[in-house]
Amino acid sequence: MYANSSRYVGLLFMTPALLFVAVFVFYPLGQLVYTSMTDASLLGGGKFVGLENYAKAFSDRGFWRSLWFTVSYTLYITPVLMGLGFLAALLTTENTRLKQVTRGAIFLPVVIGLASSSFIWLWLFDQQVGLFNRLLVDIGILDKPLVWFRSAELGQLAVIISVTWKIVGFGMILMVAGIQSIGDDLIEAAMIDGASYWQRVRRIILPLAARSILLATLISAIGSMLAFDQFYIMTSGAPRGQTFTSVYWIYQNSFVYFKLGYGSALSLILMVIIMAGAAVQIALTSRKGRS
Amino acid sequence: MSDIPLERSAVGVSTRRVGTRLPARVIVALICWLVIAIMAWPLIMSFLASLKPQAEVTAIPPDYLPHSLSLQSYLTVYEYQAGLPTYLFNSSMVAFLTILFCLALAVPAGYGLARFHVPFKEVLFLLLLASMMIPYQALLTPLFLMFTKLGLTNNHVGLAIIHTILQLPFSVYVMRNAFEGIPRELEEAAIVDGCSPLQILGRVFMPLAVPGMVTVALFAFIMSWNEFLAALIFMSKETSFTLPVLLTSVIGSFYGSVAWGPLQAGVMVSVIPCIAIYFLLQRHYVSGFLSGAVK
Repeated sequence: MYANSSRYVGLLFMTPALLFVAVFVFYPLGQLVYTSMTDASLLGGGKFVGLENYAKAFSDRGFWRSLWFTVSYTLYITPVLMGLGFLAALLTTENTRLKQVTRGAIFLPVVIGLASSSFIWLWLFDQQVGLFNRLLVDIGILDKPLVWFRSAELGQLAVIISVTWKIVGFGMILMVAGIQSIGDDLIEAAMIDGASYWQRVRRIILPLAARSILLATLISAIGSMLAFDQFYIMTSGAPRGQTFTSVYWIYQNSFVYFKLGYGSALSLILMVIIMAGAAVQIALTSRKGRS
Repeated sequence: MSDIPLERSAVGVSTRRVGTRLPARVIVALICWLVIAIMAWPLIMSFLASLKPQAEVTAIPPDYLPHSLSLQSYLTVYEYQAGLPTYLFNSSMVAFLTILFCLALAVPAGYGLARFHVPFKEVLFLLLLASMMIPYQALLTPLFLMFTKLGLTNNHVGLAIIHTILQLPFSVYVMRNAFEGIPRELEEAAIVDGCSPLQILGRVFMPLAVPGMVTVALFAFIMSWNEFLAALIFMSKETSFTLPVLLTSVIGSFYGSVAWGPLQAGVMVSVIPCIAIYFLLQRHYVSGFLSGAVK
């Protein structure tokens, strides 16, 4: 089996990483659970209050609103990202020069920061100096420039447009890999049988790339449930806190209002929701993958 | 690393194209160019805006192209608050330390996982991947309390530790695969020559695992350079901002007369290194991306 079979040499090599995870992941996780049951704030405190923070969270309309806003954002953007990502993958799977360049161009914004892209789009969407507004007017979609960030719906739409531009290449690249792993002979056989392009897509590519699509959906949806940067930069939660996401609401409570105990309770609730969602989707992925 | 080749056999591609009529191919090519234009447009507009003189950036309605070029916006950012060199240093230092920590922890861990019998190996592996399942956003509150006590807020090492938490699962995963891909004969030869496990790691394995290490370093850099939330929380002093946090400060401080020009100049400063590295290491980037996600 292994050239060196001493049982503890390998463990020794793993020790630094294990210690790091113990100190900086599991210890804070324990602290999180404990702090969530205290009234700790940055200004002091730390008295044990039991489940009071959780009770407070359940009657905190701001928290529920942010959670619902995050879920709705995820429900809107995930199909957009996956649908466009799949079309982009279909468009660029072949390896001609032009298609490779197209694939590279779609993937390019994935490597820049979400903060950077949000700052670009904040400017592009500006009512007065924004060139995206100007472009929409020039091509006749709008009559006059819009104020995007004064309504929750338009603000959310603006964020979805910008994040789609930024991240659509991520799903695309996973699906390109999925499509390319389908044997050419299968597709050629279908062509000989006279299947049209869209029939081949529906009957062969879509089912056989299902695993990559589900995987991309899982990663993408979890990312959207944890959205922060794009809303912090583009909407700042406006108007009237209607575009706070869950992470943003936790950030507000912990680091703006300094309610660390309460913020910890909210963090734990969010963590459980995320892990439950991930578990359900992983179960779905593995079942679909087998059939 | 599951190195799914993006260049698939040219034979298959050409046979696939047999039934395609010319007009369809022209339409597809046009779509490709349109998509390229859409994807490049925001970056090009931002770049051009960063080179416009002040009067043109604030013109209403705005023009797409600059009428004259100016480095005024870059100079404004250069001298902003503690000065751009400070912020570039902060971002670079944190990214460098993150790369260092990730490699220092993930190389031995990957080696141990790939090459030794370890009791409960897969359980320990899952523990190392745990921070992938626990969203780091939830851990920031306790980490902030902990780092405040330790004096690690507004500190390069402190933020690099947070970024290492984020990046360690991927790094361990990549290094384990990298070491598992190396043929056993090489290791056996080294043992016959009397090398210790540490020597084998240093002399035989690490040189062969360089592509894996490049992937780890590349992703650590991109993540750390761009990470926003932890940097916002842990680097709150004006002199310790990283680039993304600096940008929030640029937009915040000129409110009323928003400094769009300097903002886009700042965006370019933070975007260009990422794009340059992407073009240089594209192959590593895409294969690393797939190996990290596909598992």
